Amino acid sequence: MYAFEYRQAHSVTEAAGMLGQTGGRALAGGQSLVAAMKLRLAQPGTLVDLGAIPDLKGIRRDGDNLVIGAMTRHAEVAVSPVVRDAIPALAGLAEGIGDRQVRNMGTLGGSIANNDPAADWPAGVLGLGAAVHTNRRTIPADAFFTAMYETALAPDELIVSVAFPLPRQAAYVKFPNPASRFALVGVFVARLADGSVRVAVTGASPSVFRSKPLEEALRGSFSAATARGVKIDPAGLSADLHGSPEYRAHLIAVLASRAVAALG
Amino acid sequence: MSVSVSLQVNGKAVHADVDARTLLVEFLRRDLALTGVHVGCDTAQCGACTVLVDGRAVKACNVLLAQVQNASVTTIEGIAAADGTLHPMQAAFKECHGLQCGFCTTGMVMSALDLVARHPRADEDTIRAELEGNLCRCTGYHNIVTAVKRGAAAMAG
Amino acid sequence: MGASDAAVQSPLGQSILRKEDGRFLTGTGQFTDDVNAPRQTHAYFLRSPHAHANLRGIETARARAAPGVVAIYTAADLTNVNGLPCGWLITGTDGKPMNEPPHPVLAQGKVRYVGDPVALVVAETPHQAKDAAELIEVDYEPLPAVVNVRDALAPGAPALHEQAPGNRCYTWALGDRAAVDAAFAQAAHITRLDIVNNRLVPNAIEPRAALASYNRADDAYTLYVSNQNPHVERLLMTAFVLGLPEHKVRVIAPDVGGGFGSKIYLYPEETAMVWASKRAGRPIKWVADRSEAFLSDAHGRDHVTHAELALDAGGKFLALKVETTANMGAYLSTFASCIPTILYATLLAGQYTTPAIWCEVTAVFTNTAPVDAYRGAGRPEATYVVERIVHQAAVETGVAQDDLRRRNFIRTFPYQTPVALNYDIGDYDATLDGAMRMADVAGFAARQAQSRTRGKLRGIGYASYIEACGLAPSNVAGALGARAGLFEAGQVRVHPTGSVTVFTGSHSHGQGHETTFAQIVAARLGMPIENVDVVHGDTGRIPFGMGTYGSRSLSVGGTAIVKALDKIVAKGRKIAAHLLEAAEADIEFRDGKFSVAGTDRSKTFGEIALTAYVPHNYPLDKLEPGLDETAFYDPTNFTYPAGTHICEVEVDPDTGVVDVLAFTACDDFGTIVNPMIVEGQVHGGLAQGIGQALMEHCVYDRQTGQLLTGSLMDYALPRAHHLPAFKVGTQVTPCTHNPLGAKGCGEAGAIGAPAALMNAVMDALAPAGVRHLDMPASPHRVWQALRGAAA
Repeated sequence: MYAFEYRQAHSVTEAAGMLGQTGGRALAGGQSLVAAMKLRLAQPGTLVDLGAIPDLKGIRRDGDNLVIGAMTRHAEVAVSPVVRDAIPALAGLAEGIGDRQVRNMGTLGGSIANNDPAADWPAGVLGLGAAVHTNRRTIPADAFFTAMYETALAPDELIVSVAFPLPRQAAYVKFPNPASRFALVGVFVARLADGSVRVAVTGASPSVFRSKPLEEALRGSFSAATARGVKIDPAGLSADLHGSPEYRAHLIAVLASRAVAALG
Repeated sequence: MSVSVSLQVNGKAVHADVDARTLLVEFLRRDLALTGVHVGCDTAQCGACTVLVDGRAVKACNVLLAQVQNASVTTIEGIAAADGTLHPMQAAFKECHGLQCGFCTTGMVMSALDLVARHPRADEDTIRAELEGNLCRCTGYHNIVTAVKRGAAAMAG
Repeated sequence: MGASDAAVQSPLGQSILRKEDGRFLTGTGQFTDDVNAPRQTHAYFLRSPHAHANLRGIETARARAAPGVVAIYTAADLTNVNGLPCGWLITGTDGKPMNEPPHPVLAQGKVRYVGDPVALVVAETPHQAKDAAELIEVDYEPLPAVVNVRDALAPGAPALHEQAPGNRCYTWALGDRAAVDAAFAQAAHITRLDIVNNRLVPNAIEPRAALASYNRADDAYTLYVSNQNPHVERLLMTAFVLGLPEHKVRVIAPDVGGGFGSKIYLYPEETAMVWASKRAGRPIKWVADRSEAFLSDAHGRDHVTHAELALDAGGKFLALKVETTANMGAYLSTFASCIPTILYATLLAGQYTTPAIWCEVTAVFTNTAPVDAYRGAGRPEATYVVERIVHQAAVETGVAQDDLRRRNFIRTFPYQTPVALNYDIGDYDATLDGAMRMADVAGFAARQAQSRTRGKLRGIGYASYIEACGLAPSNVAGALGARAGLFEAGQVRVHPTGSVTVFTGSHSHGQGHETTFAQIVAARLGMPIENVDVVHGDTGRIPFGMGTYGSRSLSVGGTAIVKALDKIVAKGRKIAAHLLEAAEADIEFRDGKFSVAGTDRSKTFGEIALTAYVPHNYPLDKLEPGLDETAFYDPTNFTYPAGTHICEVEVDPDTGVVDVLAFTACDDFGTIVNPMIVEGQVHGGLAQGIGQALMEHCVYDRQTGQLLTGSLMDYALPRAHHLPAFKVGTQVTPCTHNPLGAKGCGEAGAIGAPAALMNAVMDALAPAGVRHLDMPASPHRVWQALRGAAA
């Protein structure tokens, strides 16, 4: 790890100010950032720790939305009765992230701000068409994830919370990479309140994306068999030791069908 | 730069000024000589460094000391009774031969405590799933699973 | 258990809880990184980022000026330091010794794999050492690299070493080629198989670590190192590399967090550190990162094999022909050369009466980390060849898997195989029967049908393995090229108050020697095991030792202790005869008492011990005082643990996921001292064998030579939920040539499991038309195989 300056912020405003002044990076749970710093893959000059900002934590129901604070830990989401009642698929998603120790530290905000191509939260946020509330504005999920490890956030912009619209039905199915246990492919399927269908895919390409062929097919006939029959184009999908683009394309349809089946 | 940190470790108040890049595990091992906390990897995969932070299992190799300001940290050194009697989970690992080389063991026991706190009557499948974050290369996990089950029963009294 | 119980119930054969567990469970175990020396510095090894490059220059001036730097050393500084030796000379089919290119401690002139150490940076803190290393400027001239054996042997392939034309280390053969050819000409059926034994990274959870110091006062060095055989480490380091007097170096391997072979070897890191500790005048500590372990620990396996089995019309094996190419990596590691030869080809008879066998092995240098013994070491590779081809032959001839094996089992002992070994004893029907019963083979068809209703493919696979353990008769090993003896030493020191310290050359890195060896001593001397402590892993305290590998600790190390105990009892009998005024021949020793036969006159073991150290009434004219005996034991044969493993899997054809539903092992390890520990050893071996077959795979990029599986993010290790609860049982035929009757149990799981699992996968996939699949049976590969078969 390279040397850095450590600052602890006590409010969102203070944190944004510190980030603006120093050009540093926000530290949420640190499960990706500290790991990257240890391997000298990241070298922020300043770390602004968000751990002591009470406003960033918490889970609440706000009308037709489930609002989760950016610094809420995955383990808290997984067992939250509010989440389980409102959008059980998100509790399941959170329960499947990393391992128990990671879930005890890692946060929703940290995960989506990092936008790891194989992270789980981006699939939930995009799959539900959530709204990302920052200290400045609200960013719709469709505009939030811009590229691998990149988002629409400005350098001194902080995620405050994410508002997930309550769907009629939603499910997330993940196929873990046998080594890292990140998603080799993860598919989030949601039927929103207005009847529209969204399908978000993580792990399969440089950044989370919506599968138009699956959405269109499921709009026509919302069934597991329909999803299973969709031919996904492997072009542009990721290739690595654990899966070719063709395998990932195949898994997308399989997992989508399993997600639809899991909806009941 | 250095940071000032106060926390509780195994029930004792600790205060230190350390280099900001000090990881929790480095502080525990180097400054407090709690060498039961082990480092087995550099990608937060193996879980040998697992400690409890405010009762929750955390990988001490992947957390800055500064992040646990004011927290209460429990390590393997802090769970036996004052007279040295093993904690029921420690005893269960011994009784079930749930350890061989002993290197992953300390983290495994700490994870087991987090697990039992949430699943006091965990079945085999739950235990295996919940131990996702701890690698053991010696035991094939078979006896670890038995030990966790037995430890949980003993803790339930 | 109290002392009185010990007298009535021998601790041998009991599942006594481990003496060592207390410290491990309370965090008071002492691993190398837990040891610190005053004024210690920290080492960082700058490693080659290139798989193959000329080293045109190293500029260290800027790095030397960096904060906290104590010293920086490169090959240029290591004058009068030799290369690292290989401990086994293989003589090729051409009659010439193997090509043995130098293995410099720090890279000299060239780097030959990603991770090849180039410079040693010594600094006040680990961070400073790493920071300084980034300031070292190395002028590399990259060269084309080869990482697999086929590419390395291709005409015009980039050459790693001048001393190894064509990248060949040796071509070696065993067996009777003419007899094999004749048998093939008569065969009713020939089964052919091309298989790859995948490259693995051992991944002991404790990474390698070392702490080297030099003491000016006595001109002596102390090296703490995470190692399986400290005496061998010292011998090789002092006599072959550094030219230091052996008695001036003390090597201590404290608690060792797993090894599985990877900590047998003399590595460059600790060698450079011992040398540098005197130069720098400060103790030096190094602890490998996991990523560094992936790059620099000796890897395992990595064979490419073509095999053919000839059968007669009745399903009897007539002959086996095997051609293997083995990857040695960039340099010869300590025992690298004997793994794919002596420990491989000799096992190709398996449990069968195959009368003619011929095996040719070509060992090849590539731009990868050195490859050496990993749990099983050659024997898993042999079992994989034999049991995969037997499975295939059964499929092709339509004979049931168990039936074909039974038709060929060896049933008379001793049995001389056509590949040099002489099996002393075994009962292969018993272990096959036992495994089939435990695995409920009879119910498999119903379970398979049930899986089918859920759209899943279920399969069952067998592996009837044999291994040669108890390494080794030194004269046999020497004739085969070993450059060392393979005996073991044991010392039993009885203290004046009757308690005992045992010093053993075996080294426990998880095997529970402190308990098992204490059981042997307690049983023999009739005392509670609490009165017996076992010391290992320290050249300063133990007479000598060859260490722990090859499942040798109990059969060889344990026997050395038994021999020392014989001497203790013999001397005790003399003392007792004197005290009891009886003839020595009339003294019996039982349950901790020396008695005059047929009388009630006796002396306890404690009284005899006290007399030995307080010799007031003692035959000083005939006997030395004291009760402390050492024995060296050199075995007369290998031991032959054997058994049958049965694996049941279910494949999800949609995703390619292989679920290991059940794994049964029925093994014959000879006489067992502690069943609990033996079961644990089997479990661990199975997990590693299943890991190899299911997910573990070390991959280098074919073009660049970069290690693609360089961390646990890419190299998959089995976790608890990947594995089933194991069904483990034993049958016993006691080893005929050691007094314990023990054969060894540490490697069996890793030897039998890969073949059993892959045979189960092949059985599951056969209805879908899959004919070929190499390990690991990862979801991606299984899916590809299914798709290929469907196309």
